[in-house]
Amino acid sequence: MRRFSDDFPILSQDNNGKRLVYLDNGATTQKPQQVLDAVNRYYLTENANPHRGVYDLAMRATDAHENSRAAVAKFIGAPEDSVIFTQNTSEGLNLIAYSYGRAFLKPGDEVLIYVAEHHSNLVPWQWVAKTTGAELKYLYPDENGRLTVEELDKKINERTKVVAVAHVSNVLGLETPVEEIVKRAHAVGAVVVLDIAQSVAHMPLDLVKLDVDFAALSGHKIYAPMGVGAVYGKKALLEKMPPFLSGGDMIAAVHEYRTTYAEVPRKFEAGTRNVGGEVGLAAAMEYVSSVGWDTIVSQEEALIAQTLEGMNVLPYVKVYGEATAAGRHGVISFNIDDVHPHDVATILDSDGVCIRAGHHCAQPLMEHLGIGSCCRASFALYNTEEDVQALLQGLKHVREVMGLGS
Amino acid sequence: MDLKELYSQIITENSRSTRNRRPVPGATISLEGVNPSCGDDITLQLRVEDGVVQDAGFIGSGCAISQASASLMIDDIIGKTEEEARRLIKLFFGMIKGEADGDELDDLEDAAALQGISHTPARVKCAVLAWHTLEEALDGKQPEEF
Ligand SMILES: Cc1ncc(COP(=O)(O)O)c(C=O)c1O
Ligand SMILES: [Zn+2]
Repeated sequence: MRRFSDDFPILSQDNNGKRLVYLDNGATTQKPQQVLDAVNRYYLTENANPHRGVYDLAMRATDAHENSRAAVAKFIGAPEDSVIFTQNTSEGLNLIAYSYGRAFLKPGDEVLIYVAEHHSNLVPWQWVAKTTGAELKYLYPDENGRLTVEELDKKINERTKVVAVAHVSNVLGLETPVEEIVKRAHAVGAVVVLDIAQSVAHMPLDLVKLDVDFAALSGHKIYAPMGVGAVYGKKALLEKMPPFLSGGDMIAAVHEYRTTYAEVPRKFEAGTRNVGGEVGLAAAMEYVSSVGWDTIVSQEEALIAQTLEGMNVLPYVKVYGEATAAGRHGVISFNIDDVHPHDVATILDSDGVCIRAGHHCAQPLMEHLGIGSCCRASFALYNTEEDVQALLQGLKHVREVMGLGS
Repeated sequence: MDLKELYSQIITENSRSTRNRRPVPGATISLEGVNPSCGDDITLQLRVEDGVVQDAGFIGSGCAISQASASLMIDDIIGKTEEEARRLIKLFFGMIKGEADGDELDDLEDAAALQGISHTPARVKCAVLAWHTLEEALDGKQPEEF
């Protein structure tokens, strides 16, 4: 079988004298040679300021920009003219919250979000609620860490104007019931904002079919460079929204005291864009497609199942969210009894294993779970059974080092 | 990375010890210190009278390094003058930066077990949290109100 890790040069290095086992993919993924080459090729042969020159090179840069948009659109199941390039998910969610929220929310309206949201799908809504007088309401998981239909039915009502949720929680790793959310939200005239930062690299997406109104992603979590991301929005909504940032490139005509804006999506792309990053994002999505969803999904599911099996027999490991592979994508969060996550991460690091420890930018969820922080192992298409074994061995090692027996 | 040095018995045991983990009756100073990156959170309480730290304790939660450091620091400063406490803080910071070594560290007593942190930059913040909070407390820093 092809070893996908061979495509990722960084993975061949050592970590503290051990084989590097990278299990912090929820934070950011490594980049394959194919992506690095595509970015390099753009700067070596096509770079100019798109939309700003009439010469051939500038046309080629414009093509690189627009072709990347087409590739991203196709990958997420969206029409080309509904995809806006951003820096990352955070910028995308800010765009949606400020541009849509500030224009259309008013006192008495409700914005409904999940308590498991990443701060970047939470703080902007707090702020928008505060400035518009709308009320921020929360959905909570059940005791298995799942967002249930009953909870949706309890919270979605005719005052609900926005429902903003992560497709997959970056802590719980569990998929939210998007179809059910969309059905209920649309029935009361609310829009659905889907944070696909943690799902886009782990499952095929068809945003038009899902019928969400907005979505946001980060390229760096799907094997692309940092500093590029995308927003999807239904065209009709994007057209009636005011711009987010203003200035160069997002205009049609500027006069001393008034401006008309460019067409969507350019209306939302102020200033010179990260075209090299966009090319990298398109190349990353092409790379994922070339590996194939069947391979990625079955391989990652098998690794997650093995990890959970291994954790479930260690009495001192507690997994957050139902400890099954069903409906779980990419992420397992856990704690070790009597050991702080920070110490777990340091000791695993000495074994070559990189995991994340902390609040994962989801402090309200930590509060809800009654913990200050936790450990998170998160997977990508290059991870292997060996990586899982290294993690599980490492967990036993943690207990020994802390003088707690294994 | 030398785990034995980083997680020596002094550190693992003191991280769980309850000896200094208590509110201080009649505290004259109480100050919280946090590490936003990892969530270490301690509230240091001191009863300072006539320039002497008569009593000290802490409450909080966090990693073994931050908790052991707080507890060992409190062992060091009870009964000391403010001036002596400040000298120990300087000495501790010097040790973490790799500038103080050997016999010099005797005055830190068991807190010298944290010397290994000087080779683990990712955990320096954890080790210095209590000491940094103590310094701010002695400087008269007030908790910020929001
Ligand atoms: C679910 C989720 N939303 C949003 C973000 C923010 O992504 P970024 O930091 O790339 O803006 C992340 C990742 O950190 C995430 O996991
Ligand atoms: Zn710490």
